[in-house]
Amino acid sequence: MSKYLSIGAAGGTAALLGLAFTAAGTFITPIPDVPIRGPIDVPTEAAIVNASATVEPETVDNAPAETASTTVLTAPSEAVTLAKLGLGRAALPEEVTAWDLDVRPDGLGLPEGQGDALVGEPIFEENCASCHGSFAEGVDNWPKLAGGNDTLDREDPLKTVGSYWPHLSTVWDYVNRSMPFGNAQTLSPDDVYAITAYILYSNDLIEDDFVLSKDSFLEVEMPNADGFILDDRAETEYAVWSSGAPCMTDCKENVEVTMRARVLDVTPQEEGAEPAPAAAIAPAEETVVTTIAKAVVEAEAEPVVEPAAEVVEVAAADPALIAAGEKVFKKCSACHQVGEGAKNKTGPILNGVMGRVAGSTEGFKYSKVFGEFNDQGLVWTEETMSEFLSNPKGYAKGTRMSFRGLKKPEDLKAISAYLGSYTE
Amino acid sequence: MSDIHKPSRRAVLAGGAAIAATSAAASGPDPLITEVQDWAQITGEGVDATPYGLPIEFEEDVIRRNVEWLTADTISSINFTPIHALDGTITPQGCAFERHHSGAIELKKEDYRLMINGMVDQPLIFTYADLERFPRENHVYFCECAANSGMEWAGAQLNGAQFTHGMIHNMEYTGVSLRTLLNEAGIKPEAKWIYVEGADASSNGRSIPMDKALDDVLIAFKANGEALRKEHGYPVRLVVPGWEGNMWVKWLRRIEVTDMPVESREETSKYTDTLANGISRKWTWTMDAKSVVTSPSPQSPIKHGPGPLVVTGLAWSGNGAIKRVDVSIDGGANWTTARLAQPGQKMAMTRFYLDIDWDGSEMFLQSRAIDDTGYVQPTKTQLREVRGLNSVYHNNAIQTWWVRDTGEAENVEVS
Repeated sequence: MSKYLSIGAAGGTAALLGLAFTAAGTFITPIPDVPIRGPIDVPTEAAIVNASATVEPETVDNAPAETASTTVLTAPSEAVTLAKLGLGRAALPEEVTAWDLDVRPDGLGLPEGQGDALVGEPIFEENCASCHGSFAEGVDNWPKLAGGNDTLDREDPLKTVGSYWPHLSTVWDYVNRSMPFGNAQTLSPDDVYAITAYILYSNDLIEDDFVLSKDSFLEVEMPNADGFILDDRAETEYAVWSSGAPCMTDCKENVEVTMRARVLDVTPQEEGAEPAPAAAIAPAEETVVTTIAKAVVEAEAEPVVEPAAEVVEVAAADPALIAAGEKVFKKCSACHQVGEGAKNKTGPILNGVMGRVAGSTEGFKYSKVFGEFNDQGLVWTEETMSEFLSNPKGYAKGTRMSFRGLKKPEDLKAISAYLGSYTE
Repeated sequence: MSDIHKPSRRAVLAGGAAIAATSAAASGPDPLITEVQDWAQITGEGVDATPYGLPIEFEEDVIRRNVEWLTADTISSINFTPIHALDGTITPQGCAFERHHSGAIELKKEDYRLMINGMVDQPLIFTYADLERFPRENHVYFCECAANSGMEWAGAQLNGAQFTHGMIHNMEYTGVSLRTLLNEAGIKPEAKWIYVEGADASSNGRSIPMDKALDDVLIAFKANGEALRKEHGYPVRLVVPGWEGNMWVKWLRRIEVTDMPVESREETSKYTDTLANGISRKWTWTMDAKSVVTSPSPQSPIKHGPGPLVVTGLAWSGNGAIKRVDVSIDGGANWTTARLAQPGQKMAMTRFYLDIDWDGSEMFLQSRAIDDTGYVQPTKTQLREVRGLNSVYHNNAIQTWWVRDTGEAENVEVS
């Protein structure tokens, strides 16, 4: 404990960091009101302190021999800061403003702006619905944002903004800083207010004309606001099963299998492999693991880029351009996959997209506009792809793709080259 | 059932007599010995063939693995450390599990900035080079995702220690103590919390109470002696010893000193624990003591038949150091204290061994960790009695592997 206490130096640095990390478990209780000393008024010349004057008695033996020129900043055995080193620089107000975006439960941090659910609906549809569903009901494994009322004490509770989230600030803050997935920090405060209002409306928590702003923010009541307690494991668990010496012999009469992993059979296995039957276990030499490992390695060994001859007819197979395109594609990879083993995700597989008719990936449910493109026989070339990607919403009105587009001509060229390197 | 013998008997075994009894007699001269092999004749690779070495191809199955059905997308997902195939305690970075909320980003040291703002005397900006000028510390700590073993709440589900217990790694970190940096900015007296946030698109952020922040939290830039890997937060991550991995913010860009928690998404809607009555625990930061037998296990079956067998595993506690690990081969009816390879270190993994003479009959292998606070790793039944069935996080229950007479092992639950 004492190692964090005072390393007595000149001019009042003692008791600087007098907070000790006490016994396990105590830090899960409410934070004690231990005073923390703030400003440290150390003259600059005191920032470098002589070792022998500052090291605690028991570590003195380990200190280097004192010489006239030896100054050390810390004790040799424990790096305990003695004084400010004067490193770093002052943060400018505009830098703090740019990064300090978090919003607290009391609303501190909310900017000016407003929005209601009516305004929010199309914004949600455009930016959020491809993963969270038009009614915030969730698509595939993506989070459901609405519903689940009164399910928390039942089997498989449905935890949504409405049923679980205790603070509205968390919704605003998360949408503002972390969403949309793959295109974060692009929404305006008004957009975020409107989306938040739409999510609340989808949970029947506000009317569609309730205008959400920093002023009305605290009027919204979150149903599960009182549904949380602080960690109580120390009282409810530790005391129960850690009292007394653990049993060593004859601790139970019968040992019977009550549940088996092979019955559920959800362990990842090589595609196409027969699941191991519960009764007949495979011989040790052919374990599940070796088959998985083989599958992974084989997949990686397959060349991803098809022979150059096929690439050339789509775009100049300039390896540098393809490599540049690979970087640009990171903006797309939240929703689209290419290469061996690619699957339709939020967006369709893009293998072979260049030179193909729009909206023709099998098994993908396109938005209406892509059906129209398909009917018209629109073919993806560098030109059409660039036109589309420079302004997706303008080019394909009503597309569910929430990507805002690529601005730089070199990025557009690169992405076409990169996509062209993946044939079917 | 097999005998569990004491180290002294083990010594006798190693002495010779017992080995002769259990080893198969050679059926003829071994050509690997009697014939000159390629590697004994032709030269191997020269230096610089691999400027940064990877494991030899024969170890290509010792890799991180993902469970696809767990998450919607690999960009916001998790994979698993192959703990069944590792030994010792240090996890190599290249196979240490990854957890991303918005993918692993590439952030150069030159582009790295760390801001400290909020209730401080002077808001500060540090570059990476600045961080390297503060006094450094070295510590080995485990980092465990709160969801490790989370898929096992409902019942035995995934067949392998990698999948049941692999959301964990244990590395030696080099970095600067957080208290050093907070001192540099000067904390105001009313400050009670810090909020830490990453630079990636997920903006993952967590609130940490000030007493922990000033205790042992580390601003780390090296792991196992080299730079952090991209997937672990290069160039700088937070290390929060003993506490759930989600708080170990990667690509750390900002530390805000506050008087109250932010109650971010990751500390309200996630990483909270719903009990049977629908009430949820929050701020369940500590990872309680836990252990698992890593071999034999479903991915690491016994291939050598009856006779000397090394049972080994890992134990760790977020409340302190592992003091003792007991192993049972009969499903928890009888226990034997295992040998710790090294004395337990605070909030770091401990390797344990139990050397047994396996008679070839089936076993129900379990391990039970005890830490220096006296905490005893519970059974899943004990956990369920307190928490109900709707938990996701903090499953630190005793694990059972059903080892068959073939040597094959399966993840099971026992009465």
